[in-house]
Parts: sequence; structure tokens; C-alpha cells
Amino acid sequence: MRGNCYIPSGCSVSGIMSESGRRQDGNAIIKSIALMHDRANGLGGGFAAYGIYPRRSDLYAFHMMFDDMAAKERCEEHFKDRFDIVLDEAMPTRPGGAYEEETSGRWGERGVQPIINPPVLWRYFMDVPEDKTKFVSDREYVVGEVMEINSTIDGAFVASSGKNMGAFKGVGYPEDIGVFYKLGEYKAYIWTAHGRFPTNTPGWWGGAHPFCLLDWSIVHNGEISSYGINKRYLEPFGYKLELRTDTEVVAYLFDLLVRRHKLSIELAAKVLASPFWDDIDRMPDRERRIATALRQVYGGALLNGPFSIILGHSRGMVGFNDRIKLRPMTCARKDDMLYMSSEESAIREISPDLDEVWSPRAGTPVIGELDEGVA
Amino acid sequence: MAATSELPPEFIVKIDYDRCRRCKRCVMNCSFGCMHFTDRVVPEHKLCVACQRCVTYCPEHAITVTKNELAYKENANWSPELRKNILKQAETGGILLVGMGNPRDYPILWDHLLIDACQVTNPSIDPLREPMELRTFLGRKPDRLEFVERDDGEIDLATEIEPQVRLDVPVIFGAMSYGAVSLNVHRSLVMAAARSGTLMNTGEGGLHRELYPYAGNVIVQVASGRFGVHSEYLNTSAMVEIKIGQGAKPGIGGHLPGEKVDEDISKTRMIPVGSDAISPAPHHDIYSIEDLSQLIYAIKEATDYEKPVSVKISAVHNVAAIASGIVRAGADVVTIDGFRGGTGAAPMVIRDNVGIPIELALAAVDQRLRDEGIRNNASIICAGGIRSSGDMAKAIALGADAVVIGTAALVAMGCRICQKCYTGNCAWGIATQRPELVRRLDPQVGSARLSNLLTAWSLELKEILGSLGVNSIESLRGSRERLRGVGLDSQTLELLGVKPAGVGQ
Ligand code: SF4
Ligand code: SF4
Repeated sequence: MRGNCYIPSGCSVSGIMSESGRRQDGNAIIKSIALMHDRANGLGGGFAAYGIYPRRSDLYAFHMMFDDMAAKERCEEHFKDRFDIVLDEAMPTRPGGAYEEETSGRWGERGVQPIINPPVLWRYFMDVPEDKTKFVSDREYVVGEVMEINSTIDGAFVASSGKNMGAFKGVGYPEDIGVFYKLGEYKAYIWTAHGRFPTNTPGWWGGAHPFCLLDWSIVHNGEISSYGINKRYLEPFGYKLELRTDTEVVAYLFDLLVRRHKLSIELAAKVLASPFWDDIDRMPDRERRIATALRQVYGGALLNGPFSIILGHSRGMVGFNDRIKLRPMTCARKDDMLYMSSEESAIREISPDLDEVWSPRAGTPVIGELDEGVA
Repeated sequence: MAATSELPPEFIVKIDYDRCRRCKRCVMNCSFGCMHFTDRVVPEHKLCVACQRCVTYCPEHAITVTKNELAYKENANWSPELRKNILKQAETGGILLVGMGNPRDYPILWDHLLIDACQVTNPSIDPLREPMELRTFLGRKPDRLEFVERDDGEIDLATEIEPQVRLDVPVIFGAMSYGAVSLNVHRSLVMAAARSGTLMNTGEGGLHRELYPYAGNVIVQVASGRFGVHSEYLNTSAMVEIKIGQGAKPGIGGHLPGEKVDEDISKTRMIPVGSDAISPAPHHDIYSIEDLSQLIYAIKEATDYEKPVSVKISAVHNVAAIASGIVRAGADVVTIDGFRGGTGAAPMVIRDNVGIPIELALAAVDQRLRDEGIRNNASIICAGGIRSSGDMAKAIALGADAVVIGTAALVAMGCRICQKCYTGNCAWGIATQRPELVRRLDPQVGSARLSNLLTAWSLELKEILGSLGVNSIESLRGSRERLRGVGLDSQTLELLGVKPAGVGQ
């Protein structure tokens, strides 16, 4: 099922966050991404949601995709010695589910597309056994396991692996995928969504966005023209780039820079979409020193090419563009809510009366953070 | 030798006497003594080296130089060149000396690599409208940065970054020693480097005092002969380079004949006037990697840890492991010199048969350093065989931080690659110390032509980046995904880390 070819794609992205940590169901994000129906072509859609498993928030929630029951068995055999499985169950889904509400005005042509032929979808709530973390942190251990499963267990794919969060993705229009996964029944303080327009047919559910590792999730519109060097930059750090898509490099780069190298999100964004030398040269001393050093040391992590990206993590949501803004992104605020989307209309669709709407400058990240004290 | 040799002339010089106006300019211009004037110009074919000086300066375009197309009895095994070489050695009993780089028909892998471009899904970028960044820093970089929070709540860098040399264009002028080339060549190179924001390399003959003000654009070389090396010299630089090997003659030392050692060269090299300057094959204080490390740190001590230290090696079979050792020994930059790199003089048998192509050496070194997780610890400079901005872009995509041009720089100044550098008679004022010839190269003109070349290559590189849809050189560097091979066998492709053309991402 996994496509062996690389698929460039165009897309739509949308993200909603309550900075005060209020959780809301998935109907709003579905409605928002549904409006941008025409930016996708039915070959991929997905969502990431944070805060959905409050009662199991101390366990790693693995959302798994299996080609068949044999792959599931192989994978469970693998899990057996490596994790303590507290609970495992089939993902709740609505086979044949489809979004019934007309928003784009184009359904006459493209219409409702019920989700069919899903892979085996299963979720595992797991703990890392104590004896596994003598030499590495449990997060490092989980990263290693995700890499290993994706690259060595045939027919098994980790869709997400964080705590109190999860990815819901597949082949189809995003709004139909949302209905298929019953997102109306989950509550989250951050929702991100993606509608995909790949330029050929992979038919592989794992290839849809978001891409997730630990609690990082990435939805991405665009193409990373620097993929070749970003991949080679990451490999010596132990990341295995198996998915043949450029989006996974973004997730791994954030993991490397923020989790392992302890850079702040702002600095990591400056690495990935660095300021131009002309601007660096005009900065005051301290800023110039920092910006210069970041480019000197992390040149291999610079993302080039057109992109707008929404990064989710358990404490916030970050939106940013490439250095010359070759892909659209609009942001907005209303009370404690922060919105980001490829199109303003997709925000107005769910929150018509906004306090503030703006288009972030090229390369400048928009950072949403949970208020202090919000767990 | 040549005049009395039985060998037939290599070239035929034809004068169109109908056009010739007997101005004798060709006679004055020929530094190889090929043109005589009796009642008209009479060429001595045997002395012609095809340097094209007379052809260029004849006001009437009355001169043509052609190959002496002698018929040899067909023999696929015994090429005319082999026969001539044997005849020469039978006459002289000597090693055959040659100048310039390997001219043989080995595969040039640059010409089997093609560059990608954007269509539809990712837009190409117009370098005339959008910024395109070529700025490059050479030197050791840490693997990661650490920050501290200051009292005022702002963050500051906690990691100390080792010295970095900034290049505005990722092309450096190659090491050519004063002695092998004229002072006017050094003047031209250093002025062009300053104007274009890059570096020239002194080669192993020291730096003439007149050029000390250009310290910021100079790599000073320390070679096995240690000519001209003193503490002030080491500190009059942007970077110091230890030369272990040269691509054109790996494992071989150098020899500057005493006739070329005049007053100025003697002072610069710190050797008596008229004495031969002999560089031993190895450094006699470096017989192992530990010894190299000692020299690297001796130089760092002498320069107060303010300058990156480069180690230059020729591309030989085991180059990747050697480069890794060099980085671990403390070098901040590794310069790899391929077997097509030029030389003032080398034994033909070495130049034509020793070493490996730079493309493979570069790919192997870059991959090896990445596999060992030390790629950030040193910059890689690719030298020997870069002929165009296309070669440069491909070298950077294979993993080079910057490339070196030697021969291309000489050609920009007038060199015609006649391969007679070792004779000291260079008609273009380049590889010579004869004052009347040296004068032929005006440093103002030479440096302007070199800067033009760098400007042209930068513009071309920006076009390539734009068509790749990236706007910074970092996104090309090491991005082998943007290269494809044509007509290469699968093992070569694997070594280069490049997919065959026709295969997508
Ligand atoms: S330079 Fe030309 S015109 Fe003058 S003497 Fe020589 S061949 Fe004749
Ligand atoms: S430098 Fe002079 S002698 Fe050497 S190849 Fe060039 S033109 Fe000929």
C-alpha cells in the first residue's frame, strides 16, 4: 500500500487554538477545512488534535495504520517486548462516512466522497518500561521505536505517537475524513487540519498529513525544495526518512532543534526560515550575532521552497511561511482563540466576527502558546 | 633539446605573406624564440608551443598555428604521443616534465551530472527580483548552539564559535606560488579577491611584502619546504593552509629552479638568490596523523586561535578516511585537490596516472564526514578540475562548501593552457620571472578580468539556484537529490550518491 514514489503536492491548511486551554469538538475545524474543498483533490486529508485523551494523558497514544491483520500481528509482536500496553482498541470510525454539509458550492461536480477501503486502524495507549530508559530518555526511546517500526515492519505505520494527542488522517477529502473518524466526538484545545492535492495517486493513508512524531504535528502546504540536504542533514542524527515526502523533515527538524538542541520555538523558526543576510547585517549587535551563528551552524536545516506550515505541539501552535512567502497564510484572533489558515474565508466560516486579522510577513512565525498555568 | 631533437615539430606556424606587413610584432611577442626575421618572418616550427601569443597580437591576422598532422602508421596500441615520448626519453634519459593538469581522456564526471529545476509544484525564483544568497563561511562549526538568558531577560549566545572566514562568492583562487607564477599574477589575484569578497592562496612560496595589506583576502600556505614561513606571514592571513599534497602530483614534492630565484623571490621565500628551492615530497616533521595534529596546533598557537587552519590533500584512493583523520586532527577546513588540478611542473607519469577524479573524492569525503557525524566540524573545499559555474554548482550539490579555481583563473588572465609553465618562458607573463614577460600582465587588467569571471559565475550560480526554486546556497550545498547522472554505471552513481536521470525523487 505504501507508495514508492515521491509525490509533490499543493494543499490547504487550517488551525484553531484556544490559548486558555478550552477544549472544543472537531466540528469547527471540519467546517473550516471543508470550505477549502477545492484546494484539495480527494487524495488526502487529516487532522491533529491536542487534549483529546485527558484521562490517559500520561501514556503514549500510538495511532497505528496496518495494511492487514498480519501486519498488525507483526507489529504487536514487536511492541510486546518494548512497551507496556495499557489499552489497545480499534479506532472508532464511521465506515462510509461523509460530510453532508454543502460549503464550497462545487459539490455538483465533485460531490460527497464516502471514505472507503481504510487500512486497519488501531490505537495503543502505552508506557515505556523503566528498564528501557537507563541510557536514553523515554522520549528519545519512543523516537527510536517510531523510526524502527516505520522502516522495518512491513505494512505498519505510526500515524502519531504523542501523549494526549493524535493524528486522524487518510485518503479522501478532509471533511469526509473528519466525519469518518467521528471527530465531533473528541474535544481538543488545538485542532489543525490539512487538505491535500497531490499531483498523482499514492492511495496510501500514511502519506496524508499531519506528520507526527511524539507530540509534534505538521500540516504543510507547499514543497520543500531543499529536501535533499535537509534529509542528509538529519540522517546523522539518527532520523530515518522513509516516507518519501518532504513534510516529515519539518517534523524531525523541530524535534531535533527544540527537543534535542533545546532551542526555543522562535529560534527554531529562525533556523528553518532564516532572515536574509541583508537584514541580518542591519540588526543590532546581539541579534546579529545570534542570527549569524544560527545560519552558520544550522545551514543544513534551512527550509527552502514554497511553504506554509502549521506546527502543533502540546503547549501551542506555530504558523510560518517560507522566506519569500510563496504560499498563503492568514491569521486571526478572537478572545482566547487563535486561527491560522490558507484562506481568510476558512476562518470567517467558523468565526465571522474577529478581533484581529492579519497576514504574517514572510518567514515570520506566528506563535500561539497555552496561557501559563494551563495544564 | 627541442631544437636538436629528431622529433618532428608538434605545430606548424603558417604566415600569410600577402597580409604580413613586416611589423615584427610576432618576433617580439614570441617568448619561445620561434619567430625569426630575416627579410621576412620565418617561423621555427619546432619551437612553437601553440601559446597563441603571436596569433593574438598580429595586427593583420596573418598567422595560423595548426597541428602538425603527421601521418603515423595506424596502431591503436601505440599512439603517436607514446611514440614521441619514447623518442624524447631515448634522446635525453630524463623524466618527462609537463605543466598544467592531466590532459588525458579520463571520464569527466561533471559532464555526466545534470541539475534539476522547478516546474509547477514549486515555483522557480527570479534572481533579478528576489534576493539570492551566496554568502558562505569557512571554518569549524559546532554541532549545536546553546543560549543563556541574561539578567534583562534577553537571550545571548553561550556557544563560542570558532573563527570563520566569510566568502561572498564560493570560489577561491587556487594555490600558485610566487616563483612558479609572477608577482603580477599574485597582485591580480589578491586585488580580485578583495574586490569580489573571496580569497587567494599564496601557494608555497610566501607572500610578497607589498601584498601584506590584503591580509584579509589571503590564505597563506605552509608546505614541506616551509619557504617564506614566519610568524608575521602566518598572521597576515584570513586562513592558514597546510599543504600535504597537490592533485596534479600526489606524493611528489616541488622544485623551483635557481634561475627563477631573483632578489624579490629570494626575500619572500627566505632563500639565497639563485639557489634551487626544493620542496621535499613529505613534510619531514609529518610522518603520521599525530604529527599533522601537532603542526595544526602549532599554527593555531602561532596565530592565537584566530584563524581557521586548512589541510590540503590530493584525491587519492583512501581520501575519505584520510579526510576524516584530518578533521579529527583539528583541521577546520579540508581542501581536496583532484587529479585534473594544474601544476607549474610535474613528472608526466605522475600527472597522468596518479590520483582519482575529484567528483568521486568529494562525494566520498562529504558522505564519510556525515556518516561519522563530523561534517559540521570542517568545511570542504573542492579543487582541481572546476572549469565553469556548472561544475561549481555540481560540486556544491555534491557537498563542497566552496570550490577552487586555478587554471580557470589563469585562463582569465590570458593563459592558453599550452602546458609549458615549467620552461619559465610563459608568453602571457604568468608562469615566468623574465621581467620583460612579467610586464605583459597588468595587475589592473588581470584583476578586473578575474573579478569579471567571478561576477559572471555568481550570476550564473544565482540563475541555477533560482531555477531550483531556492534562494540560498545552503539549500544547494550537499543536496544531491537535485543532481541526476547520465551515462554512469550504477556503482559510480552509488558512490556519488546520485540517482540516474529519469528517476524522480
Ligand atoms: S605580427 Fe603579423 S604582421 Fe607583424 S610581422 Fe608578425 S605575422 Fe607579420
Ligand atoms: S601559464 Fe603560460 S606557460 Fe603555462 S600554460 Fe598558461 S600560457 Fe602556457
